[in-house]
Amino acid sequence: MSAHATRATAPPPELLARLHGILAQVADPEIPVLSVLDLGIIRHLEIRPDGRLEVGVAPTYSGCPANAVIKADVLRALRAAGFDAVAADVLAPPWSSDWLSDEGRRKLLAYGIAPPSRAVGSVRRLWRGDVPAACPRCGSTTTTLQSEFGSTPCKALYRCDACLEPFDYFKCL
Amino acid sequence: MTARFRYVLRLADTNLVLAQRLGEWVGHAPALEEDLGLANVSLDLLGQARLLFAHAGALEGRGRGEDEFAYLREESEYFNLTLVEQPNTDFGDTIVRQFLFDAWQAALYESLAACRDATLAAIAAKGAREAAYHLRYSAGWLVRLGDGTPESHARVEHSLAKLWPFTHELFVDDDIDRAAASEGMGVLASTLEPAWSVRVDRTLGSARLVRPAPATFGWYGKQGRHSEHLGYLLAEMQSLHRAHPGATW
Repeated sequence: MSAHATRATAPPPELLARLHGILAQVADPEIPVLSVLDLGIIRHLEIRPDGRLEVGVAPTYSGCPANAVIKADVLRALRAAGFDAVAADVLAPPWSSDWLSDEGRRKLLAYGIAPPSRAVGSVRRLWRGDVPAACPRCGSTTTTLQSEFGSTPCKALYRCDACLEPFDYFKCL
Repeated sequence: MTARFRYVLRLADTNLVLAQRLGEWVGHAPALEEDLGLANVSLDLLGQARLLFAHAGALEGRGRGEDEFAYLREESEYFNLTLVEQPNTDFGDTIVRQFLFDAWQAALYESLAACRDATLAAIAAKGAREAAYHLRYSAGWLVRLGDGTPESHARVEHSLAKLWPFTHELFVDDDIDRAAASEGMGVLASTLEPAWSVRVDRTLGSARLVRPAPATFGWYGKQGRHSEHLGYLLAEMQSLHRAHPGATW
């Protein structure tokens, strides 16, 4: 018990399950089919020595205006459920699209957004680019990049060469 | 002022000034896609700058935060690279400036991700991915413009000649670089040149552009001595905060 007084502790399993249930309802403000758990940005949930619940949140893209909104939404949901919650920024290891859950990838595809290719791998691979995206409508892999920057910082704009429909691609970054 | 603080502040200043420059394009870019592209790059650089300012403030230990750093310093108290304060002029100048910068920042972040300053390493590891993406964008445009029409080729060739002299400063070590690097808390500017050169040469080749002769003229933005352009940029960026101290929205 004395260790508990000075160090943050993991919530017991039942409490953790309840917290996950709450966070599963907190949606990305720009891509509402994704929860913060799907995004892979919740890095830890701990009870601090002062009794407060600390939630570690990793920012997505440095320039994404939604980062602040997401953090506020997480805290609002936890506080509404009666938790004295505080947020901590977690920079390392950095978030990348590799952190998206499999569930998140399925939800993106169903929503009409091509999910990111697997494994960003080395940063130098990104210098060369190019990530072929399959069309979320017809599945064709013959696609053309229209713009590296789309409707939100996390998306690029592609067009399918088979069905000719434009679509969003969740950047592999 | 410790070398570590100054080292991080320079990086923050360089990001902030370029973010402000790119922000000037919002609503004015040649196409909607480029308006979004330049604004997104600007936002990434600004987001990184905020993390760097917070870290610089912690290293300084005097309670200064991002607003004090951004809005309440004069020109000579800014330590950004001279390259990034150069005016947008046209899309060609903007792309050349961005490409020369992105290739430098990609190499810088890759090195810094392994430094002993854990916070700086984390910011760099995150920024390295973003810099790589920015580089794809600016290199792609440089190739399209350089290998495009005679008009676009001539314009971007002129931009390259005009901006190349500012690249000298990117790789000159000074006392702050040496002090930070000796503690493992930063990297020597000169060590970034080989990786930068490889990337620049490859893209210039694809863009049918010839690498200009080595720049020898020194610029000293990172020591607080700037070209005439920074003062105007700061005047615009700081006017609201100075007229209404502490304003928020």
